[in-house]
Amino acid sequence: MSRMVDCRNAYSQKLEEMALADERIVAVVNDSVGSAKLKGFQSKFPQRFINVGIAEQNMVGVSAGLANGGKIPYVCGAACFLTARAMEQIKIDLGYSNHNVRLVGISSGMAYGELGPTHQSIEDVGWMRIIPNMTIIVPADAIETEAVMEYSGIHKGPMFLRMSRIPVPDLFEAGMKFELGKAIRLREGSDITLMANGVMVCRALQAAEELQKAGISARVLNMSSVKPIDREAIIDAARNTGGIVTAEEHSIYGGLGGAVAEIVTQTHPAKMRILGVPGVFAPTGSAEFLLEHFGLTAEGIRSAAVELLKSR
Amino acid sequence: MNRTAITDTDYESLGRRAMRTRIRSLQMVHRAKLGHPGGDFSSADILTALYGAILHVDPSNPCDPERDRFIMSKGHCSSSLYAALAGAGFLSDADLDTYMAPLSKLNGHPDRNKVAGVEANTGPLGHGLPIGVGCALAAKMSGASWRTYVLVGDGELQEGSNWEAGMCASQYKLDNLVLIIDRNRIQQGDFTENTINMEPMAERWRSFGWDVREVDGNNMHAVVECLRAAPFTPNVPSCILAHTIKGKGVSFMENRPSWHHHVPTDDELQKAIAELERGQR
Repeated sequence: MSRMVDCRNAYSQKLEEMALADERIVAVVNDSVGSAKLKGFQSKFPQRFINVGIAEQNMVGVSAGLANGGKIPYVCGAACFLTARAMEQIKIDLGYSNHNVRLVGISSGMAYGELGPTHQSIEDVGWMRIIPNMTIIVPADAIETEAVMEYSGIHKGPMFLRMSRIPVPDLFEAGMKFELGKAIRLREGSDITLMANGVMVCRALQAAEELQKAGISARVLNMSSVKPIDREAIIDAARNTGGIVTAEEHSIYGGLGGAVAEIVTQTHPAKMRILGVPGVFAPTGSAEFLLEHFGLTAEGIRSAAVELLKSR
Repeated sequence: MNRTAITDTDYESLGRRAMRTRIRSLQMVHRAKLGHPGGDFSSADILTALYGAILHVDPSNPCDPERDRFIMSKGHCSSSLYAALAGAGFLSDADLDTYMAPLSKLNGHPDRNKVAGVEANTGPLGHGLPIGVGCALAAKMSGASWRTYVLVGDGELQEGSNWEAGMCASQYKLDNLVLIIDRNRIQQGDFTENTINMEPMAERWRSFGWDVREVDGNNMHAVVECLRAAPFTPNVPSCILAHTIKGKGVSFMENRPSWHHHVPTDDELQKAIAELERGQR
């Protein structure tokens, strides 16, 4: 396998590059400059770097005001605090107001495994998905992260960019373009479809390889664009393959699996398996341990696919 | 407008405009059978002073990047805000009659995407000051001269987000930001001091790094002069602690917690209008 990369570096380097070209771009943080990988931005653009301290409600409100004043704020903070602590500000000041603000949820999912459920962020996609006007992107690797950042510079309206710190291999060719609302077909297949985003995409691809050895042809879709979601790709998978397995580093409620099921059940009902954290607060353990614990592995996806096909 | 002298005639005109704001907002609440007339009336003079003598805003160019920003954080007092916006040419008198009617652009709480002149979607309390801090930061970064004004209710300051924003504003030396506190001493359920003690209000803001001036918030001359004096100190955000009377201008509404969101009867509406018109003569 190729290099394993923490996507945060890709986002922060791209942000600095974009800030050089567009002076409207500003960064807003809640104290955690280091974990948001913004020390470089801070030293290069001190006048466009706002640290509000440990105050997430104010951070999001400030970003709405910056947008009102013509800036394009990137609000970077630990996903757990950024989303949950400032939920009403995100709903009203960003969603309802439809401001051009980008929320970068750092260390989302179970990246902070050992720190416990206070710091894990397995609810954030669900919380963001229910807010009108909010766009949600969960990139699969560093290259897609860069492409999403590039796109974010021209996007209209608020956006949540979910940024894990769990290292992932490169899946895309350098220079790929991100297209909002489009699933990316990473592997052709006709027996079953595996849909994943973020750190689960590389695992879904490994699962598909294993399934191939057993004679099962699995389609793999990268569902980085959770909202808007690729309705056509989902209906096609439901209609033309034998079922859908979704995999996400998130609660099984309200995330990618829920979004896919909402479309499948109303258009072309098909069997699904939704892999994620099953509605519990996770025990203590590293991110890798917890992914294993909840079956969020290539083997977990493979066995869910086999079980789904057997149940038909 | 705020750099030129204001004459006695101007003040008479502003006084009439404040009365008109009160009457129109009460008519709107009466028609909609919903609203917050007590707080509408305590803040009517401040709103009139802002739109009549302070803010550089233009209804023919409402998105001018160089405009002043006014954020009505106490968004529940939307009928007085809309009446003031109508007084400034952003809304028509006919618009005001649609207040809270089905599909009206005049929601019970203001929506910046529907109403020109509204800078922030407010209603949940404690949102306006953080947004105002962001606006003021944007102006500073751009080297722009426009200013940001935020009007909050006093009960609203029980929301912690205001104090987060208060710390941030002084840290970033936002002397282009003016916070106006409508200190009418009454919140929805009771007097503020019977709920959560807000004093010493001025000292609290001073200790957060703001320059605070206290003013009779229902005295047009005093309010205008105070607003024109801001920023009070270079590199320090300005806070105007405006002592007001909830329901100001109508004897049976003044200082009564029940008028926080009481809807006037036909009879109360007529009596209130008569008192307001008499008071202006």
